[in-house]
Amino acid sequence: MTKNEFLQGLRKSLTGLPADDLEERLAFYAEMIDDRVEEGMTEEQAVAETGTLEEVTERIISETPLKTLVKERVKPRRRLKGWETALLIIGSPVWFPLLIAALAVLFALLISFYAAIWSVVIAVFAVGAALAVSAVGCFCGAGALALTRRWAKAGVCLAASLILAGLSILWFFVCKGAVKAAAWLTKRTLFGVKSLFVGPGNKNSKSK
Amino acid sequence: MDIQLKRGLLDVCVLAAIKNEDSYGYKMLKDMKPYVEMSESTLYTILKRLETAEMLTVRSAEHGGRLRKYYHITRAGLNRIEEFRGDWKEIVAIYRFVTREEAGQ
Repeated sequence: MTKNEFLQGLRKSLTGLPADDLEERLAFYAEMIDDRVEEGMTEEQAVAETGTLEEVTERIISETPLKTLVKERVKPRRRLKGWETALLIIGSPVWFPLLIAALAVLFALLISFYAAIWSVVIAVFAVGAALAVSAVGCFCGAGALALTRRWAKAGVCLAASLILAGLSILWFFVCKGAVKAAAWLTKRTLFGVKSLFVGPGNKNSKSK
Repeated sequence: MDIQLKRGLLDVCVLAAIKNEDSYGYKMLKDMKPYVEMSESTLYTILKRLETAEMLTVRSAEHGGRLRKYYHITRAGLNRIEEFRGDWKEIVAIYRFVTREEAGQ
């Protein structure tokens, strides 16, 4: 990929960024590529060293706060005409509550999604705790039975408590996996939401 | 590594890369490479943050028929490095304590 293709690609996939920020970033990457070429790399190598378009795009989006992306998305592209401003103000009792409601719904959806993910994690932990508690319970039961010399029953109880203890230790690894998966999902979701505001196909896209 | 801790460390790294003389993006990445790997976008974000915090200033200068941005450390930037040296003693002390516990077991 040539430098120009790379920069044009970035420009397209990052249209949701504020224009001055985007231009500054592109200049930064262009300078890096030029410096690499000056050091003896071919243009292709220099671009490859910078990373693939997808990698670079994803990194930049992850580093940009959601607030910046939303702000840029709702900013009008041109100055509003007088009558448009007037309409906006007259209509505000109608559209303002609607906008708030829409935002609230979006926010609630996001929160409940997170809550759902993390409640699964809590459930997994609860299972582990239950296993551990039953193991201890069975162990105590075995002790009590042994005191009253009911050996056979005590043996069964002891075996059960050992099995439960083993299971709860194994379950620990499941817990670890669940936390990791939930953290990953949470991160991906945020990235997904951000992607809604960035990239080709949003209303701010202009072919340049 | 813990993200908050790393962010603070990388800021100081970038300041250290321009401590002795003004430098530009690619040279900074190269100078830091033996010690710490950093992506371009990370460097860009840090440079922006440091510029806003007035720990460095930026100027464009011509180089080989194109413009290149040079970064210059300010008094505040130098102070930040000094501050880090102070913090470091605390971090080393904590590290010693942590590893001593491990060795004791």
